[in-house]
Amino acid sequence: MHELSIAMGIVDAALDEAQRRGVRVSAVHLRLGALSGMVKDALLFSYEVACQDTPLEGSQLLVEEVPVVVFCARCQKERELQSVQLFQCPECGTPTMDVRQGKELEVFALEVQEDGSQKEELPESEVQK
Amino acid sequence: MSEPRLVEVRRNVLKQNDVIARALREQFRAAGVFVVSLVSSPGSGKTTFLEKTLTQLQPRYRVAALVGDLATENDAVRLARSKAPVKQITTGTLCHLEAAMVQNALQDWDLHQLDFLFIENVGNLVCPSSYDLGENLRLVLMSVTEGEDKPLKYPTIFNSADVAVVTKNELASAVEFDWNAARTSIESVRPGMQIFRLSAKTGEGMEEYLEFLSQQLAEHRAVARGLTMLQAET
Repeated sequence: MHELSIAMGIVDAALDEAQRRGVRVSAVHLRLGALSGMVKDALLFSYEVACQDTPLEGSQLLVEEVPVVVFCARCQKERELQSVQLFQCPECGTPTMDVRQGKELEVFALEVQEDGSQKEELPESEVQK
Repeated sequence: MSEPRLVEVRRNVLKQNDVIARALREQFRAAGVFVVSLVSSPGSGKTTFLEKTLTQLQPRYRVAALVGDLATENDAVRLARSKAPVKQITTGTLCHLEAAMVQNALQDWDLHQLDFLFIENVGNLVCPSSYDLGENLRLVLMSVTEGEDKPLKYPTIFNSADVAVVTKNELASAVEFDWNAARTSIESVRPGMQIFRLSAKTGEGMEEYLEFLSQQLAEHRAVARGLTMLQAET
């Protein structure tokens, strides 16, 4: 199980972005490909553990599962695989290894709130914007 | 506190590993060494297979190996019998190798003195699939005793590998191994995958596989030379 080290990577990435923007993170949106090698439930559990004693404690991990999309040379079209156990075009049955999507392991968005303490320090004109 | 809002960030969680892996691959290319990694479940015969590979390549090539394990240096001791340079990477509780561990382990090795470098991953068919180690070729091993449907149970690792090696073929008839069923499983998760069926113990099938490695090294060097010439021109 390597979900914990991945979850720590997610927390690090989110914290880094949050610090740079001076915001507080309430949720992390993750794109998780079917070929990423991660188990969603184990990742959700590990995320909670990884967040402990960090500013992300109590935040949510929202996982968007991304199916595998391959390119079928015969149909000349991108096709979504029904199963990662069968790498062939679901329409015409042609085997294919041309993977276009499904390996994602990406923090793609953060739900944030402005950090109250920092906002007070901003000059009046900034706040009105 | 203000209303929550959504900001787009797009950060690849494995970026750090991928950056190191890319640097390693470039280092391997510059040194002209061909790097092969091995993944499999525990007990599939990786170490015996690697010991034979090192021993049989040695008369013609300069070879070395890194071997990853949770604990013990037993595998490194076994592989050292081949007289090739071997270094153990003990991962502690970590179930897989990462690019940074490979980079650390290679710090005091002169890669220019090598033709082949083998990296034996921790015995595990799940976690190693996510981590690029900068290798040029990833072998996934399955022994005939594991069952023909192993690839269907662990599609991600088979999909991430380049070549499948079916080991312990000397036991095939004893366990009624169905070769066609195994081949169909592999083809299903990784169409067109090259498959070797062999026995490291008896030597059956080893020659064909070693010849394949020789060809891969030659091609790797031809491409590396081409790239270097291109870089020199621009």
